[in-house]
Amino acid sequence: MITVKNLHKSFGNNEVLKGINCEIAEEEVVCVIGPSGSGKSTFLRCLNLLEAITDGEVIIDGDNLGDPKININKIRTEVGMVFQHFNLFPHKSVIENLMLAPMKVRKISKAEARKRGMDLLEKVGLAEKAEQYPSQLSGGQQQRVAIARSLAMEPKLMLFDEPTSALDPELVGEVLEVMKRLAMDGMTMVVVTHEMGFAREVCDRVFFMDEGVIMEEGNPNQIFTDPQNKRTQAFLNKIL
Amino acid sequence: MLERLERFNWASVIDFLPNLGTGLYYTLLISVVGLLIGFILGGIFGLGRISKNKFFYVVSSVYIEVVRGTPVLVQAIWVFYALPLITGYNMASVAAGIVVISINSGAYIAEIVRGAVQSIDKGQHEAGRSLGLNQSQTMQYIIWPQAFKRMIPPLGNQFIISIKDTSLLSVILVPELMFQGRLIASNHFNAVEIYTTVAVFYLVITLSLSYILRYVERRLDIQ
Ligand SMILES: Nc1ncnc2c1ncn2[C@@H]1O[C@H](COP(=O)(O)OP(=O)(O)O)[C@@H](O)[C@H]1O
Ligand SMILES: [Mg+2]
Repeated sequence: MITVKNLHKSFGNNEVLKGINCEIAEEEVVCVIGPSGSGKSTFLRCLNLLEAITDGEVIIDGDNLGDPKININKIRTEVGMVFQHFNLFPHKSVIENLMLAPMKVRKISKAEARKRGMDLLEKVGLAEKAEQYPSQLSGGQQQRVAIARSLAMEPKLMLFDEPTSALDPELVGEVLEVMKRLAMDGMTMVVVTHEMGFAREVCDRVFFMDEGVIMEEGNPNQIFTDPQNKRTQAFLNKIL
Repeated sequence: MLERLERFNWASVIDFLPNLGTGLYYTLLISVVGLLIGFILGGIFGLGRISKNKFFYVVSSVYIEVVRGTPVLVQAIWVFYALPLITGYNMASVAAGIVVISINSGAYIAEIVRGAVQSIDKGQHEAGRSLGLNQSQTMQYIIWPQAFKRMIPPLGNQFIISIKDTSLLSVILVPELMFQGRLIASNHFNAVEIYTTVAVFYLVITLSLSYILRYVERRLDIQ
């Protein structure tokens, strides 16, 4: 589903990604961990071209993102992204947040968009909040809406950038629960997270990123109980 | 003081109301048309100031800096007296007045637009783009509606400033409120009565505008 070959990304002279290589299969759930500033967000953002790629290849479902002729907007409709700070549209109601992109990009009718939106809100347990505005919702509810908003475009792949790290601890669970169900439904997911419980339970593989490369990868059990790389050990000692 | 006030013939103002009414008409005409065009110019050049297109950015910056760096009075006189010498076309004073208010308010509104658009969280733009909306859809449906709400208070300020600026257009013979007032006062030696009335007219316009804008803001706030 995703093939990344020797991906480099620089901001000016600052090289943030220094050659990332990986393969992610369909329906696989990958967690990305690593210290702050190691390039996790940048890596994720390169996967939907929110950041232009400096060098290397990213191929998603056969589409080479480095190809100058590629339709960026089409790629983005197929790759959903959930942000740390939700980024809901505050001037639109919850259901309108879900309807906007399907109507404007997929050109489906308003009624159809509403119906699909309501189904998705049902799925994340927020159907009764449809007519409210984001500011009236708790952080956990907002993030569930943000996930539903991404799903409304029916993406093949979902990216999550620390989806629970802006939440009060008691609200983390409800968001992880939605993500877990999504994973069980077979969604391909790349999740930057420090929720080790989630990583262990849901992820097929864990990438440990440091200094702009994937330093170590493996299944969650191996990474968390028997890390091979010194840096992975040091990092896990700090956060566990 | 009271004695002095009684010396003035306030009732006589009534005789001049038709003339002041004509002045009011031109003041409103130039303000409304000028600010409408100014709003369009402001939208265009405000986006120019945040554009990645170098040319558009430079043109917008030069326009804004030149207008902000020169007095309205100089701009009015330049447009009315100097510009025709360059182009060879004379412009009617009312048209010149509209041009001056449009160009002048446009530059300030451009800065308001730029500030408001830049004040919208970067994440809003990213959320729009990551859903597959293109640049202009993101602008139209996500950034602009939020930015517009933030623009209302500073826009109100600018509208009021521009309305008051129209009084300077009397020097290029625009028959607006101040022009009419000066004409009457110099012929009938009733400066106190007339200029007071003129001041009240301006105050009524600007206060009504403030009221309307506050109403609009409250309506948008309900969301
Ligand atoms: N838009 C940007 N412009 C310049 N530097 C950036 C930008 N985005 C990220 N960086 C830099 O890239 C490095 C990695 O950032 P990031 O990918 O956010 O790391 P992480 O998500 O692992 O904390 C940081 O040093 C950060 O300063
Ligand atoms: Mg990050």
